[in-house]
Amino acid sequence: MAKKFLSGNEAFAYGVRFARPQVISAYPITPQTIVVEKLSEFVENGSLKAEFIHVESEHSALSCAMGASSVGARAFTATSSQGLLYMAECLPYAAGGRFPIVMMNANRSTALPWNIYGDQRDSLSQLDSGWIQAYAENAQEALDLALMSFYIAEHKNVSTPFMANLDGFVLTHTYEVVDVPTQEQADKFLPPFKTENKMSFEEPKNLGFSAGPDNNIIFKYKEHLGLLKAKAVIKEAETHFESIFGRQYTGLTESYRTEDADYLLITLGSISGLVREVVDRLREEGRKVGLLRLRYLRPFPDEEITAAVRKAKAVAVLEKDISFGNEGTVYTNVNSALHKAGINIPSSDYIGGLGGKNISDEEIEQIFTDLAQQRTGVHFIGIGGGQSGS
Amino acid sequence: MAVNAKTLNETEFFYGHKACAGCGGSLAVRIALKVLGERTISVLPAGCMSAVGFNFPQLCFGNNAIISTFAGTASMLTGVEAGLRAQGITDFHAVGFAGDGGTADIGLQALSGAIDRNDDILYICYDNEAYMNTGIQKSSLTPFGARTTTTPAGKNIHGNLTQKKNMFEIVAAHDIPYAATASVGYINDFMRKVEKAASIRGTKYIHVLAPCPTGWGIKTDETVEVAKEVVDCGLWYLAEYENGRFTLNHKPEKFTDIKDYLKKQSRFRHLTDDDIEIIKTSRNTKWEYIQKNFNE
Amino acid sequence: MKPYLRDKIPLSFEEIPETTSYEAGYLVTKNAGWRNVRPVIDTQKCVGCLNCYLYCPDGVIYRKDGKVAVDYDFCKGCGICKKICRLGAIEMEAEKNG
Repeated sequence: MAKKFLSGNEAFAYGVRFARPQVISAYPITPQTIVVEKLSEFVENGSLKAEFIHVESEHSALSCAMGASSVGARAFTATSSQGLLYMAECLPYAAGGRFPIVMMNANRSTALPWNIYGDQRDSLSQLDSGWIQAYAENAQEALDLALMSFYIAEHKNVSTPFMANLDGFVLTHTYEVVDVPTQEQADKFLPPFKTENKMSFEEPKNLGFSAGPDNNIIFKYKEHLGLLKAKAVIKEAETHFESIFGRQYTGLTESYRTEDADYLLITLGSISGLVREVVDRLREEGRKVGLLRLRYLRPFPDEEITAAVRKAKAVAVLEKDISFGNEGTVYTNVNSALHKAGINIPSSDYIGGLGGKNISDEEIEQIFTDLAQQRTGVHFIGIGGGQSGS
Repeated sequence: MAVNAKTLNETEFFYGHKACAGCGGSLAVRIALKVLGERTISVLPAGCMSAVGFNFPQLCFGNNAIISTFAGTASMLTGVEAGLRAQGITDFHAVGFAGDGGTADIGLQALSGAIDRNDDILYICYDNEAYMNTGIQKSSLTPFGARTTTTPAGKNIHGNLTQKKNMFEIVAAHDIPYAATASVGYINDFMRKVEKAASIRGTKYIHVLAPCPTGWGIKTDETVEVAKEVVDCGLWYLAEYENGRFTLNHKPEKFTDIKDYLKKQSRFRHLTDDDIEIIKTSRNTKWEYIQKNFNE
Repeated sequence: MKPYLRDKIPLSFEEIPETTSYEAGYLVTKNAGWRNVRPVIDTQKCVGCLNCYLYCPDGVIYRKDGKVAVDYDFCKGCGICKKICRLGAIEMEAEKNG
């Protein structure tokens, strides 16, 4: 284990290198570029033995990764924003084909208007594509997630592609001190990729076929089960990870001072760090507030959310996303979980950070203040102009 | 030694499929796989050959095969090839079979990328000159004058108004190691080209004309003769591109009548003599170019 | 390696594979029902030139004893073989059950 000063992108690239992918196919897009540049360097200097394919588009990036996975090779790609949308056709294709490809997505706003900064519209618009979706908070978690993502995706009970999301710039380009493991440790953690879902000359197969109305739903149900089974595998991966690397992760969510919290803020990604600071400050003032960070959105942590919220008096979601004409997608998902669990407390949605707009600690504090007043509804943070946003 | 009927692998690798009777595309796929043999992985995009060959549980490829996205034939082939090579497996053929739409329209970008990288793959375009799987719509390889469901022939417009895109030379312009045109009407020539392509490292492209009885409006038993006539009347040609040079493989001594070729197909039956004159002129222009620039 | 007819049609939840991958060349239906006419080989006239074998889109003509025979389970009756035969050794005969 060595300490290195790495950006989120670089940390993720190290994690990928330690996972020994056999094929990397990627197309550059801001703010993902550093990941693929770093991996190219690793291939050049011999520290990573992989086929690096310079594809001519994101669609080809994922199509190529599927080809590699279809013959049993470990495959990685990375993208962001417009690139994710350009490869969108391949997302449910990879999930339906049960190809356990790992992709890093640098969360970035989607055009129009053009904007290269971070929000989560890109990945959340693809929430239903059948991929596991995880959201890292910091560079250390990015590196660790890169390693764990292959373990989880390739597990025989799961066999599902994995999208690891890092907030654009805020996380991808911010430097932190990161514990970088050794290759030996990584190899101890992650076994070589083995699958029955492949073409081989020993056992020829036809893959990616059509399935008509009679049995299509069975294939789709099994795909769904793969994601549900990922819940247990994520736990297993984290236990195994802790035994080798000593760092502990907490599954689909991470609770921070939620046990006795009256007012709970649910969020995801890098903003969690600031929320944690606000929670600490308000706690010192005697306000019973807490944070629930969603580490995974698929599989959806419905049990973890209801367990954390059960004793709270009000709950809010803070997300860098809007499903136009409705509300934030994370909020919709959270509300569904609360409703099914029979939890009937005021809930509200705070949409902010779109196109990379900064969310301040005052704004976060205001959310907790609103919560104490049992405020409900959907609110846009900081739009000004006399608009309430509700 | 050139492969022939007697030396061809007797195993059928594409069998029991649901292609229309007399399908030229299925003939091209079948023969190519027999030439390439057992250690072959086929990638087929959405299109006729995947639609007729992969209906679970009726799976018609005897060796490894997979359906790619419509635009993703070449990129998936790249992944298959790289994935096997990364595992130390090198004695195999990665072959793609895409139709004219999957090649010249939606798949052109991925194909160009693969040729640019010189990935060790063989890409075969079976050209039936329209989107047949979706019910005969115009592609960029639909010839001038052809009636399709999106280029109807009426009083005002006589079918398709654009010329067939020149895929062979577009591919050659990438400085590809090997490219060829072929026709299922000259199957020995096609077999020889597949065999040759299989022996070359890097990207290979074969463009094989493959009539579709359903879309062309011919009888199911006319596929092969029409595929021969299109070459004999000069509307298609058999050629190769290798080491930066074009070679014409077959020069008809005298062109057969274009009108005979066209009028036997219901997609061209509406054409006037003036329309046919336009087709004849563009054929002559093309052959002047061939005679000037291709070796014989 | 040649696809062939199987007895078992995977239908139940347990029989459906976990992924979209399955044994290559797994056939469960024939194509014989498509046919109105069937090619009949006159083995007296056939010299085994193999042109019909070469040009069959369905690959249902196979080599047999220096000549050819037809797999009627999968022949669709397109008639290409009859057209291609220079010796007139193939006739298309109406299917009686049609």
